[in-house]
Amino acid sequence: MKIKTEKSTVAFNVLGFAVMTLLTLACLLPFWVIVSGSFTSELEIIEDGFKLWPDRLSVEAYQAAFSNPAQIFRAYEVTIALTVAGTVIGLFVTSMAGFVLSRKDFKLRNGLAFFIYFTTLFSGGLIPWYIMIVKYLGWKDSYLSLLVPSLLGAFNIILMKNFMRSIPESIPESAKIDGAGEFRIYWRLILPLSTPGLATIGLFMALSYWNDWFHANLFITSEDKYPLQFLLYKILASAAVLKTNVAANLSADMKPPAETLKMAASVIVTGPIVFLYPFVQRYFVKGLTIGAVKG
Amino acid sequence: MSGLFREIRKNKVLVLMILPALLFFVLFSYAPMVGVYFAFTNFSFDGGLFKSPFVGMDNFKFLFESGTLWNLTKNTILYNIAFILIGNVLQVMSAVFLSELPGRWFKKTSQSIMFLPFFVSFVLVGAFVFNLFSTNNGLVNTLLEQLGMQPYDFYMHTAPWKYIIVFFSVWKGLGYGTVIYLAAIMSISDEYHEAAKIDGANIFQRIRFITIPMLVPTFILLILLSLGGILKGQFDLFYQIIGNNGMLFDSTDVIDTYVFRALAVNFDIGMGTAAGLYQSFFGLALVLTVNYIIRRTRDDYALF
Repeated sequence: MKIKTEKSTVAFNVLGFAVMTLLTLACLLPFWVIVSGSFTSELEIIEDGFKLWPDRLSVEAYQAAFSNPAQIFRAYEVTIALTVAGTVIGLFVTSMAGFVLSRKDFKLRNGLAFFIYFTTLFSGGLIPWYIMIVKYLGWKDSYLSLLVPSLLGAFNIILMKNFMRSIPESIPESAKIDGAGEFRIYWRLILPLSTPGLATIGLFMALSYWNDWFHANLFITSEDKYPLQFLLYKILASAAVLKTNVAANLSADMKPPAETLKMAASVIVTGPIVFLYPFVQRYFVKGLTIGAVKG
Repeated sequence: MSGLFREIRKNKVLVLMILPALLFFVLFSYAPMVGVYFAFTNFSFDGGLFKSPFVGMDNFKFLFESGTLWNLTKNTILYNIAFILIGNVLQVMSAVFLSELPGRWFKKTSQSIMFLPFFVSFVLVGAFVFNLFSTNNGLVNTLLEQLGMQPYDFYMHTAPWKYIIVFFSVWKGLGYGTVIYLAAIMSISDEYHEAAKIDGANIFQRIRFITIPMLVPTFILLILLSLGGILKGQFDLFYQIIGNNGMLFDSTDVIDTYVFRALAVNFDIGMGTAAGLYQSFFGLALVLTVNYIIRRTRDDYALF
């Protein structure tokens, strides 16, 4: 009996390791081909195409990318500024709204919650939204078009409300008796107690600002306002050429990197996220499981 | 009405605190709803909301009669069924393996790697597609040539793109879903497994008769929730993989990409708004249906 059980466990483990290794490799493969492509020489790609493993390692794509890094640094600046501003302002407004909706003694809360929730059920669609921003707010080619329209999400507000509701009601009540105003209760008491919720929602907000290319694609026309992902998109589409100082000092048998430069740009743009990832992963996991329980 | 004003005056600070959020939704959600009127006009940008010629149901009629609407709806639904089913099955599978396999290091590493795609932007998916499938230099063609086979021009054929799109959709969501299912597995009481072990059940039997049945409610709930949302949030995936490559539209165009092109490529505002409005109503109907079903079966998980 005992031996039989062990046999099935061994079979399960072999199957499990095989399947999981396969899935893991499938998830890793796309990253690998980008990195390996970025370390290949342009000549090799033109002659043979992209390979899993380059014949000879070459850093010429990175040399080219960093020969004139102003463009990439500028895009980094734009993206970092947007991510920080968007996350801070977004968290502030989201948590205030969540606080108001979590107050059981506030009679208008159900109506207001529905007003906010309804926006997830029905919308006017992309085009009226676009015309609102471009024609009536006049934000074409403005940083505001990248920042403001993605500040809030109804789900984040509801999540925040649910989170704050788990804080014992006696805390705001006793503070109220002591004469504290509503904003003071929010700022000094509820907000510090909501740090785990703020961290999770803030990380999701930051991630969506960092990865946003869609708004820039719709609204931004001048190159010096490109955020990172949109610059990468343009480079990949060959619509914008990454400015390098390579052409000047080329020897005759060298090709200026173009295909490999796209791969190097992908690595440069994505690298920081991959490096930060191990540090933030567990907050996401925690936040996801909170959200999953809540439905 | 006077009661409302009294309530506002009484809670002045609370109202002020939620005001920025309300203003946001008025500007970016409610005001644009007025703009669905464009769907009934032959829109001109100068004319704007009020001076564009009214054409009634013509835009909808065209979308319907040309077969566009049917094709977009069919693609949207079929793709999402594939995304949701394949995605969820793989997520359940990897969650079960991760919960039962020995070896902390292996499990931690593979879970981390599977979760990584969730964090990168869809633009990077565009870079992968370029690297793997470009006609002259793509990795797949390099490998085909090394095997002595003819290179394949991906951009001339529609067939492979269905699988490529499904692959990257599953790829992006695998780690995310695995985490959720893993949490559901962890919440199953150990007692069931212990009792089954004493009764002599092997690991396959325990998974078949304990873990899987316990996951079914989560599985159904997640599938229903994703069904409710299938009409939004597909744009990045499709656009980064297919772009504006007209050759491939028949089998890869969904409502989101159609509306986007109407706005940014064809400047057909009236038609695009009409398709968007159809999308909104269809999405609303789906969410209401799904919510009705959940309410009938598991009330505590209903959305509203």
